[in-house]
Amino acid sequence: MRGFEQHLSEFHHRGVEVVAISVDSSAESQKLRQSRGYTFPFLSDPKAETIRQYGVLHAKGGEGGKDIARPAEFLVDAAGTIRWVNLTDDIRVRARPESVLEAIDRL
Amino acid sequence: MKRRMNILNWAGFAVILVAFMSYIPFFALFPSTRDVPWANYLLFLIGGALIAVGVRRAFRDSEHNRGKISGSILAALSVLLFALFVISVTYYSKQVPSAEAALGVSRKAPPFVLADTAGKEISSADLLKDHRGLVLVFYRGYW
Repeated sequence: MRGFEQHLSEFHHRGVEVVAISVDSSAESQKLRQSRGYTFPFLSDPKAETIRQYGVLHAKGGEGGKDIARPAEFLVDAAGTIRWVNLTDDIRVRARPESVLEAIDRL
Repeated sequence: MKRRMNILNWAGFAVILVAFMSYIPFFALFPSTRDVPWANYLLFLIGGALIAVGVRRAFRDSEHNRGKISGSILAALSVLLFALFVISVTYYSKQVPSAEAALGVSRKAPPFVLADTAGKEISSADLLKDHRGLVLVFYRGYW
């Protein structure tokens, strides 16, 4: 997410917004945003409904057996169609913003 | 004759500690040292080499060098820390469920209405009205 923040102007320049989604409450997300200096929106999906719909649920993956999201990135175009997906199999290894920007430029 | 303190053992162990503890607060911040933690492996290697030389001289030339016992303990602790690091990197960080259920390219993105950090409801339809596209970053959450 740090990478997305660093490249945020390049996303905005292309008319693309970056949105983070997790089961964290608004207050928890706000704390994270402030401490790390993230400026893009963080949305709260406490019941993991949207997370489930995108098929990225990590059932009982959180503290105390809570359902959480597995790490994943989706690029959605203006028509609401998914155009690029990154599904890591390693918590440490996330999408590099450069590859999402390339995918945007190919749209 | 007074035996000198075996500084290599302690210096090596200090490097091992840095190798073990620096990943999350530092090296994980940069994709080039995050995806493959080579910088941490390199530090482990340097620390391990220092301890190896230190322990070797403690045993070979124990008349002049201390550190037979402390060096052995530090070496064992170092092996333990290295093993923990490797297990974290190769096993714990891969505890992610399969992505079979995930929506793929050219599928319709399910619309959503979710609260932002100010408690304001944000809909994907509104976001798409104002933008050419959206990058949705799903993350595990911050404990």
